[in-house]
Amino acid sequence: MQTLKFEVDTDGIALLTIDLPGRSMNVLTPELDDDLMEAVERVASDEKIKGAILTSAKPGSFLAGADIKFMLELFDNGVSAVEAAKLSEPLFKLLRRIETCGKPFAAAINGLALGGGMELALGCHYRVLADNPKAVIGFPEVGLGILPGGGGTQRLPRLIGIEKALPLLLTGRQVKPEEALKLGIVNALAKAEDVVAKAREWLLGKPTAVQPWDVKGFRVPGGAGPMAPHAPRSFTAGATILAQQTQRNNRAPLAIMSAVYEGTQVPIETGLRLEAKYFGTLLSGPVARNLMRTMFVNKGKADKLANRPADVPKLKVNKLGILGAGMMGAGIAYVAAEAGMQVVLLDAKQELAEKGKQYSVRLLEKSLSRGKTTQEKVAALLSRIKPTTDYADLAGCDYLVEAVFEDRGIKADVTRKAAAAIPATTVFGSNTSTLPITGLAEAFPRQEDFIGVHFFSPVERMPLIEIIMGQKTSQAALAKTLDFVQQLRKTPIVVKDSRGFFTSRVFGTFVKEGMAMLQQGVLPALIENGARQASMPVGPLTVSDEVSLEIMLHVYDQSVADGAPPKYEPELSINLIKKMTGQLGRKGRAGGAGFYEYPQGGKKFLWPGLAEHFPPSKEQPDVEEVKKRFLCIQALEAARCFEEGVITNPADADIGSILGIGYPSWTGGTLSYIETVGIQSFVAECDRLANLYGERYRPSAWLKERAQRNQAFHPRMSEA
Amino acid sequence: MENAYIYDHVRTPRGKGRPDGALHEITPIQLAAQTLTAVRERNNLDTALIDDVILGCVTPVGEQGADIAKVAAVVADYAQSVPGIQLNRFCASGLEAVNLAAAQIAAGQVDAVVAGGVDSMSRALPLSDGGAWHNDPQVIWKTYFEPTGVAADLLATLDGHSRIDVDAYAVESQRRTAEAWTKGYFAKSILPVKDILGQVVLARDEHPRPGATIESLAELKLAFDVIGEQGGFDAVALQRYPTLEAIRHVHTGGNSSGIVDGAAAILVGNAEFGKRAGLKPRARVRAFAAIGSEPAVMLTGPALVTEKLLKRAGMSIKDIDLFEINEAFASVVLSYMSALDIPHERVNVNGGAIAMGHPLGATGAMLLGTVLDELERRNLNTALITLCAAVGMATATIIERV
Repeated sequence: MQTLKFEVDTDGIALLTIDLPGRSMNVLTPELDDDLMEAVERVASDEKIKGAILTSAKPGSFLAGADIKFMLELFDNGVSAVEAAKLSEPLFKLLRRIETCGKPFAAAINGLALGGGMELALGCHYRVLADNPKAVIGFPEVGLGILPGGGGTQRLPRLIGIEKALPLLLTGRQVKPEEALKLGIVNALAKAEDVVAKAREWLLGKPTAVQPWDVKGFRVPGGAGPMAPHAPRSFTAGATILAQQTQRNNRAPLAIMSAVYEGTQVPIETGLRLEAKYFGTLLSGPVARNLMRTMFVNKGKADKLANRPADVPKLKVNKLGILGAGMMGAGIAYVAAEAGMQVVLLDAKQELAEKGKQYSVRLLEKSLSRGKTTQEKVAALLSRIKPTTDYADLAGCDYLVEAVFEDRGIKADVTRKAAAAIPATTVFGSNTSTLPITGLAEAFPRQEDFIGVHFFSPVERMPLIEIIMGQKTSQAALAKTLDFVQQLRKTPIVVKDSRGFFTSRVFGTFVKEGMAMLQQGVLPALIENGARQASMPVGPLTVSDEVSLEIMLHVYDQSVADGAPPKYEPELSINLIKKMTGQLGRKGRAGGAGFYEYPQGGKKFLWPGLAEHFPPSKEQPDVEEVKKRFLCIQALEAARCFEEGVITNPADADIGSILGIGYPSWTGGTLSYIETVGIQSFVAECDRLANLYGERYRPSAWLKERAQRNQAFHPRMSEA
Repeated sequence: MENAYIYDHVRTPRGKGRPDGALHEITPIQLAAQTLTAVRERNNLDTALIDDVILGCVTPVGEQGADIAKVAAVVADYAQSVPGIQLNRFCASGLEAVNLAAAQIAAGQVDAVVAGGVDSMSRALPLSDGGAWHNDPQVIWKTYFEPTGVAADLLATLDGHSRIDVDAYAVESQRRTAEAWTKGYFAKSILPVKDILGQVVLARDEHPRPGATIESLAELKLAFDVIGEQGGFDAVALQRYPTLEAIRHVHTGGNSSGIVDGAAAILVGNAEFGKRAGLKPRARVRAFAAIGSEPAVMLTGPALVTEKLLKRAGMSIKDIDLFEINEAFASVVLSYMSALDIPHERVNVNGGAIAMGHPLGATGAMLLGTVLDELERRNLNTALITLCAAVGMATATIIERV
């Protein structure tokens, strides 16, 4: 036994200590399964053994779940639903053997127990959990597009009732020890070092070796099936809300609910088989692959700075300078102070700088009123933000972020002033979202230390930072910027300098496509619903109103002035924007009127006048076509960015599109979407769309050639 | 093919479907059995001539479970030879029972049937019989399940009917009902319900609000906006109907059918039965049909089944003197009238379920009886009865006097 230590004490209590070699946390592997089975058989058959304790040798953790690497290999090779449904067989057999072998089993959960770890514990007759806030339990599977396939959807509702179990299974929310005890998921709490002793105490008392669900006449607490009193809430409204939340693009939550609904109406072993079948349907589909690859594996790598240039000493930002206390600067100041940095928030006027700090005050007051922080923490955080107008205060800054108005002149001015005040090693990051970095760098004496750090709004909620490499930006500046991003607990992607960089460029295609549709006679409600049904967070017309049509026009004018007029314009969107802002006087939400009407005190609604100025066609497209257009046009732009070298790591394209611009996560991101459709089908589909709606859909020769070779963007997952 | 004739019909008054409703103390089996007894007694009927009892019942569970039709026949002292069958086509069940009876008669397989329905909504809550439709998560996704009230609001949104439109319809329903009661148009078919001591507990419909006005109805709270928004049903409705911007909720307790208790029975038979029983036929069932339509909006079936039925019968709208369409929700009737271009003067001339209530399984039989009485009173000939039913269904029947 490589993964398990087996000891028996003089009282006849077997102690099974899980300890996977070479890992900081235990995970479920085929080897561990085999070793556990062998140990359980020994407990079952050795008359001298009265009962057994399952625990872990890893400090702070019991078992973190299934081995993801194993699943990645399955994705690479393709797995059918029937094959995937068989994966849970070993765990099924192991846990049923534990439950029914006649000897009592206690789980001494010394630390975090997630997914498969929790399922292993649920298979025991007794559970004691470490009384340590970090010893959380939960079922994170739903976030990976799968379901707890080791009995979680069956044992948890049988233990605590469907109404309490469903929210945990459907959200993946992690539960702290106190709540776990209150919910009845564990039987007792003890100090981490005492969990084994507590389990032994139970075994030496009057332990039961039968699970409640194996007792004749067992009923699920609170009832199961359509006649249960909670059925209208749990299933009728429950499944409907899932349809709303997922827009039917991710079926994992539905599969979880069905496994619970169907499985709790039949004996446990039938329920476990149903669970396995639903698991099979999910693992064999593309969404689980997409979510695991992008949101777990690749995001994990990005957060760990996997591609950080080596040989550059780690930067710790103790003092941060921020130029500009507007919306972005204020937000950056908040997250930096929250991360423990001293922040110098500089603006041209003291009252503007103070106003920027007020943003933090407001956010903190809100979390204080919700009991999420304390007065002391608030005071400490606010004391770290220094509003100022004096460049001399920037002395000693370890990093500098410029977040002033998007105007080259103003930016150049503050850049020169700051350059004179900061240390000669400090990296200068510009938070521009549109202006090329290489040009902005010219105002800075050390162009190799000038870089783009594109934050998203609202900064405290948006998890992405898009790092932009200017032509002269050094690898050292990149490494330091990555360190800074990590300190802010944000996720970085790295892109090359080009107009719109990556995220804005891709997002622009989405917004413009909405306006193109409007001009083609697609009903505005269908445009907005189509975007939402693709799982974009909001529709393009909403976005335009929020951004303001005037600003969009300003960006266009700037591009034209720079000698880089955007392709397909002004027909694509600018004609419409000019009509809206000019003749119709509708400039967006801030102006009180845009594509929507904003009645005082009432809900906004689409401006009925749109029908007159952009008459809807008699024949409206199917909503599936609208969804496809939004997903394709953005994916196509991402592929162009990849072709042009604006982005070099396909994972960055995926992560950036999901975390930065709300491209739906079920797709795995823009480039994963192409692989989800299949690159050859994608290219064919784009050609079809180009013939119908315009040349912007035409795939490039490069992409067509790639499709011919059927060459994916991502490497095989198990090798990446 | 033999003609299926209608010889008689009775209905109970409709009691408020709440614990303080007059019929709440009456068991559903009693409601059904009292109508069957009335059919026997009013017609001096030898029940050995009856081949079947067919009752619609939409919540056939608990007290209404286990084939309430057969058990009601036993309780009503029908001959032991009379079997019974309960059927469920949701809200159209009571009419479907008549149609099934007519079909068996037309096919020459039976001579006489008592058809009708029963639902005590105060005792057997709607949808309390479970079912995959609104409980199985896979089915909820597949069907884009909507509660009927949200579906009614969706229908109003699709048709562009406003709160004022539906309230105005409701006011007229109340007015017509009040007038019909005042002038005694319902009198000959109403069966007062009695308790175990033989005392009358209800002799008139309990639900109507005779004085309702647009203003008084406007004060009522929306009934389905909260569930539509919080239960995700509005969002799913937009998934099904993505050209809509939002669901405009317009229905209240005042412009939707009332939740009530009640039962009805209709005596249907061939000519030979009439001779043997010494009864004169009042009308014949000329044709009938049922249909399915889009299940999420659910309530668009009546116009479609009317078209289907008229086509099958070789008739047109102008051949029908009076229409009865169940007032499940005001938007259903408004949608029906505008889809088929039928003037309100010929539709639900004595009001309907918005005023009197909709005892699910019984309503179809009640509507048929009510319109037959009205044809006789007005000396008209032909009527079409239709009801929308859950999951997009609808049933319709054409009767003509003989």
